[in-house]
Amino acid sequence: MSEQSQPSRRAALARMGLWLNGVFGALLSVPLVAYLLSPLRRRSGAGGRQWVDLGPSSQFPEGETRLAAFRNPFVRPWDGQTAEIPCWVRHIERETFQVFAVNCAHLGCPVRWFAASGLFLCPCHGGVYYADGSRASGPPERGLFQYDYKVDNGRLVILAGQLPTLSTSASLRRRKPCEG
Amino acid sequence: MRRLRALAAWIEFRLKIGGDVRQAALHPIPASSASWWYVFGSAALTVFALQLVTGVLLALVYVPSAADAWNSLQALNHDITLGWFLRALHGWGSNFMLAIVLIHMVQVFLFGAYKYPRELTWIAGVFLLLMTLGMAFTGQVLRFDQDAYWGLGIGASITGRLPVVGGALVHLLLGGPIIAGDTLSRFFALHVFVIPALLVGLVGLHLLMVLRLGISEWPMPGRIVRRETYLREYEELTHEGPPFFPDAMWKDLVFAACVLAAVALCAAVFGPFGPSGQPDPTIIQTTPRPDYFFLWLYALLSLLPPQLETPVLLIAPPIAILLLLALPLVAGEGERSWRRRPVAVLMVLVLAVALGSLTRMAGVAPWSPEMYAWSGAPVPEADLKGRSPLERRGALVLQGKQCRSCHALGGLGGMRGPALDSVATRLTTGELIRQVLQGGGNMPAYGKNLSPAETAALVAFLQTLHPEGHAAAEDAASPQ
Repeated sequence: MSEQSQPSRRAALARMGLWLNGVFGALLSVPLVAYLLSPLRRRSGAGGRQWVDLGPSSQFPEGETRLAAFRNPFVRPWDGQTAEIPCWVRHIERETFQVFAVNCAHLGCPVRWFAASGLFLCPCHGGVYYADGSRASGPPERGLFQYDYKVDNGRLVILAGQLPTLSTSASLRRRKPCEG
Repeated sequence: MRRLRALAAWIEFRLKIGGDVRQAALHPIPASSASWWYVFGSAALTVFALQLVTGVLLALVYVPSAADAWNSLQALNHDITLGWFLRALHGWGSNFMLAIVLIHMVQVFLFGAYKYPRELTWIAGVFLLLMTLGMAFTGQVLRFDQDAYWGLGIGASITGRLPVVGGALVHLLLGGPIIAGDTLSRFFALHVFVIPALLVGLVGLHLLMVLRLGISEWPMPGRIVRRETYLREYEELTHEGPPFFPDAMWKDLVFAACVLAAVALCAAVFGPFGPSGQPDPTIIQTTPRPDYFFLWLYALLSLLPPQLETPVLLIAPPIAILLLLALPLVAGEGERSWRRRPVAVLMVLVLAVALGSLTRMAGVAPWSPEMYAWSGAPVPEADLKGRSPLERRGALVLQGKQCRSCHALGGLGGMRGPALDSVATRLTTGELIRQVLQGGGNMPAYGKNLSPAETAALVAFLQTLHPEGHAAAEDAASPQ
């Protein structure tokens, strides 16, 4: 083995060491990234939602809109109060309801129902919605987000589980133009 | 004393750092740089150190769990000795840090100190500003109260406006489908591990470049920065210059001490920030407001036309950041003095006035309805005196239908719509009826929620609302 070839052999070994680190680093990054992206994984149920019981439908008087709350179907034991999600239930007649997310379609602040004027008002930027959830005025570009519902054995059940935003609302029902 | 010196010598023999420290402290600087205008960078570093210390101390007690965070803040405020003061120091320290970082940036911009060869120092500074803002937002989330909860909702809503990837990003931001335990945990990790580590590293880089390239000299009008000549000119300036310590550093030290004293004074006098109500989403009787430094954004989102919001939210921030990053690369040479850079001065002024006015407006928030005005803001007595029963009935309708949420009378009530004190001089009877029933111009239509009798009473009352001596508006085409 000549004098000159020794350093180049070590250099080759060093290069191999770098490559090995690179390869194992890349392999290791797969589980790390998968772990980081785990919130994207679809939970069981339809599109990250589950049917949630809001209680007997008789507790929502016909012609009135009332605040209800449910525990989010996907929770951690340390979620505390944050897993209690409110929603507005409008009982139109018999088995016809509308269940609205409280989150304003503008930036998600909680809208409040004013029965006397028949309007939902948002305290943040002044978004206003009519009783049927359609946009009345202010910055929102659309009506309130709605949950799918069904009446099951006299109980009102809704399909819930996600914070509604303009993107995630795909999992919430879009208001049909002719409705209300 | 002799033993101490021996110990120092023992350590120095192994560490070999004394020479570098001495060189950093005693390196000559341009005589003009020993100025009170050059103290903001070191002050920001001082407050950052205070934030690190108080932050670690708060972490001894704080529980990053959605169920318990709020309770641990209450314990800090009320049970733990001086816990309130630590929270106050950290909160006020954050405000001071952001303010000083901004002042530092404006000073560097106006003095043209970002020009050759200090371009990378500026670019690192831009990232430091972004991270400071990131710390402010994540810190506001860790104060896990109603404002934090709904602030996260606003963050998620803004993120949700991104096309295609919006929904995925919302879930990554929240760590799950809703704002809950995982959300707080990831903001805790960001606020306590990720961003501080990046900040420490970048601050080190920023400082290293300041030492390597030297403090920029006071900008003289007419002294042009040129790549070919600048280093030689700077060398000449520093050749005869005073050492950094003590000639310039005493001002840094005095100012930093004053800032620390001011933070402590604010903390002691005004106390900690919040927490406000519990982070319980079912308590919807809340009026979420962002912290001081994001008020301008809150105002902007209220005042922009709805169709412009999403583009402005999604396109403006990247453009602004790119402009800041590109600034030293585009304008790396030329005049440094603000006396010869009117556009730069104008830009700072316009930005300052815009941010200042938006912040001021957010304090008043005229776009937010007064949610309790229907019962809390009575109709002024003068508007009811001598009115007919029908008109008084109309005043009752006005209150009962919550018109006052958006309309003021006698200076009380919401400002979302116009004040009604002189509405009768602006609208005729027909116009009043039409406006009430059909709405328009940002007012909802009340047609479905008013009986004909209520409408008649309301309009009768509104017609009486005109200042004394001003006639009510009349339809010029009417036969009367």
